[in-house]
Amino acid sequence: MTLMPVSRSTRRVHHTHRTLSSPWATVGALVIAVVWTVPTLGLFISSIRPASQITTSGWWTFFAHPQTTMDNYSATMDFVSSGITVTQALVNSLTITIPATVLPITLALMVAYALAWIDFRGRHVLFVAIFSLQIVPLQMLLVPLLKLYSGGVVIAGTQIIPGFPANSLGSGFAQVWITHAMSALPLATFMFHNALATIPVDIMEAAQIDGAGHGQIFRRLAMPLVLPTIASYAIFQFLWVWNDLLVATIFTSGRNAPVTKILADLSGVYGQQWYLLTAGTFVAIVVPLIVFFALQRFFVRGLLAGSTKG
Amino acid sequence: MAKRILTYGLVAVVSATMVLAGCSSTPSPSPSSEAPGAKTIVTIYGTPTGNEGSQWEASWQAWAAANNIDIQYTGDRDFTTNISTKIQGNSLPDIAVFPQPGLMKSVIQTGKVQPLDPTTLATVQQDFSADWQAYGTVDGNQYAVPLDASAKGYIWYSPSEFEQWGVEVPKTWDDLMTLTDTIQEKVNGPVWCAGFNSGDSSGWPGTDQIAEYLLSASGGDVYDQWVSGDVKFTDQPVADAFSALGKIWLDPKYVNAGFGGVETINSTAFGDVATPLANGQCALTNQATFLEASFADAKTAAGTTPKVAPDGDIWAFMMPPVAGTQSVVGGGDFAVAFTSSPAVEKVMNYLASGDYANSLITVSGATFITANKGVEVSKEADPLLAQAIQTLTDTNTTFRFGAGDTMPSVVQQAWWKGTVDWINGASQSTVLNQIQASWADA
Repeated sequence: MTLMPVSRSTRRVHHTHRTLSSPWATVGALVIAVVWTVPTLGLFISSIRPASQITTSGWWTFFAHPQTTMDNYSATMDFVSSGITVTQALVNSLTITIPATVLPITLALMVAYALAWIDFRGRHVLFVAIFSLQIVPLQMLLVPLLKLYSGGVVIAGTQIIPGFPANSLGSGFAQVWITHAMSALPLATFMFHNALATIPVDIMEAAQIDGAGHGQIFRRLAMPLVLPTIASYAIFQFLWVWNDLLVATIFTSGRNAPVTKILADLSGVYGQQWYLLTAGTFVAIVVPLIVFFALQRFFVRGLLAGSTKG
Repeated sequence: MAKRILTYGLVAVVSATMVLAGCSSTPSPSPSSEAPGAKTIVTIYGTPTGNEGSQWEASWQAWAAANNIDIQYTGDRDFTTNISTKIQGNSLPDIAVFPQPGLMKSVIQTGKVQPLDPTTLATVQQDFSADWQAYGTVDGNQYAVPLDASAKGYIWYSPSEFEQWGVEVPKTWDDLMTLTDTIQEKVNGPVWCAGFNSGDSSGWPGTDQIAEYLLSASGGDVYDQWVSGDVKFTDQPVADAFSALGKIWLDPKYVNAGFGGVETINSTAFGDVATPLANGQCALTNQATFLEASFADAKTAAGTTPKVAPDGDIWAFMMPPVAGTQSVVGGGDFAVAFTSSPAVEKVMNYLASGDYANSLITVSGATFITANKGVEVSKEADPLLAQAIQTLTDTNTTFRFGAGDTMPSVVQQAWWKGTVDWINGASQSTVLNQIQASWADA
């Protein structure tokens, strides 16, 4: 990966470049990469060993007695919990994760644009207030949100917004989407606000002089400029929602459960089938890997974007 | 300019509302839809997941299909913590199945649980003993339907060896001690084997046996007072139970067959006692019905897999009564309803019926047992489970939940640890004082 803004390179960048490409740095990077990968490798090797060997010896003994099987994978794919299979759970996970990523990004972008480029009274206070909501732990939200979803909003005895159907275990994915969107908004707004605020004033003014309104500027200027930030935040949010178990177990019913819930059940009531978790983990990380590799170009650029700007 | 902002703002608000409105209506099958042909949905929330959960679902599936009810079961390993969140948030399933009566009673006291409707109440009163009914009763109202059961306190032995030695299955605790001496003389070595090792919860197999002895020797009332903390660990009934079992566990003449001295009780995993029992090194051990599964991996002296049957290599009898009639320490799951609708009442009534009990014990691959008196024991293929069902449904049997599981968890843990210390050589009075002291933190 080459660093993009080479034209603005300073002596410091050259120095960093030299230090990072020295042989010792390469060796160091390789060692770190290997150390970081070993647990995953061990997990993968375990997943293709027979159950009797996983439970009695370490994965490294595989090299002495190589014996592979796909039994763990087929057992994982055949596993049924609360009426759904792993495949159905993967579909549920996607159904939960995609809207729970798109929804907060859409809302936060619009909020961040308004806070950064529309001059209105109290916008700084509002911005700080939104970001400070980040300190509220998710666990504190569970009970109030459940109450909101079941009872709706009632002001002075009048039902303003109706609750979800009384039977919460049957009311689909909406509760999970809204919960994830709510908890993601403060950080998303903060990140997008910071990215949008770095757009030079000249560009914005030029666009305004050319007759563009806020809507046009937002769509055709601001959004393309902060696309790397959006992409990197999308990866974070996607992975966070994909890996979530707490919100999913509280707000979904058995048949709407995501893959994390099935993974938790996979080891059995007494943990007697824990060896299946090795295969289950690999089944579950396929989708996040696809997302990461598809967006990693943006991801790296998004991380570097802040660091090289003057 | 201002007009533009207004337009975009409006679009945003409207589209957001539409998204929310859309998600609230799309995948949500309304539970109250009574349209002809449409199945009524009843949701059940409980602890078992995976295979155990699927076996539960299988137990009511045929009935539900025949009655046009769609029972949607959700299993959750963290049921005991999550149910409290759901109750506080007022987001409740139609029926919840509690794995222990203590938590259930505190939930009933929140006032959100529906008392049983008259039909179901009548079924429960007809099918279950007073002991089982009492676990679901709060302030004189019956709330719970016992779903399934489990039983502890089996003494495993070898029928063929018993025949060889010319001894019989004992009828009382005294007979059991006489039997122990007789076998000791015949084999000229330790008779009993025991394993208390179970990781973080090491000691529990010992606490179970103390509870079994105490219930049998002192009766249900003293047992209940002990569980609630009114009878202290330092009081006579508990001390008696420790002394009685200490005669076996602390005597190198009697333990630890197949492993070594007294101290090996603590280092032996609870399931490992199956090995010496199968190969004949150990004559007697006390463990729950689930030990049966461990014999599948064990080998007899002849090198074959032991046959678990009344006339086979391995069999078990219930711990004989110390005084009075047979008593059983065990566990069970209870169903309570949070909503009241004809469909929910119908499901609750079915769960309380003998028909359901028959369906439960015949689920293929499962090892469910029940305390429902309406059950037909002949349908149970496994003779050991059939015996357990017979004991549980016998009107003369005193049934209580495991004492440790019903006491505060601090006390339970102190008791586990105390049992381990006691085997390691700490004096009985020191151990009992230590366990009693933990009540202060409860």
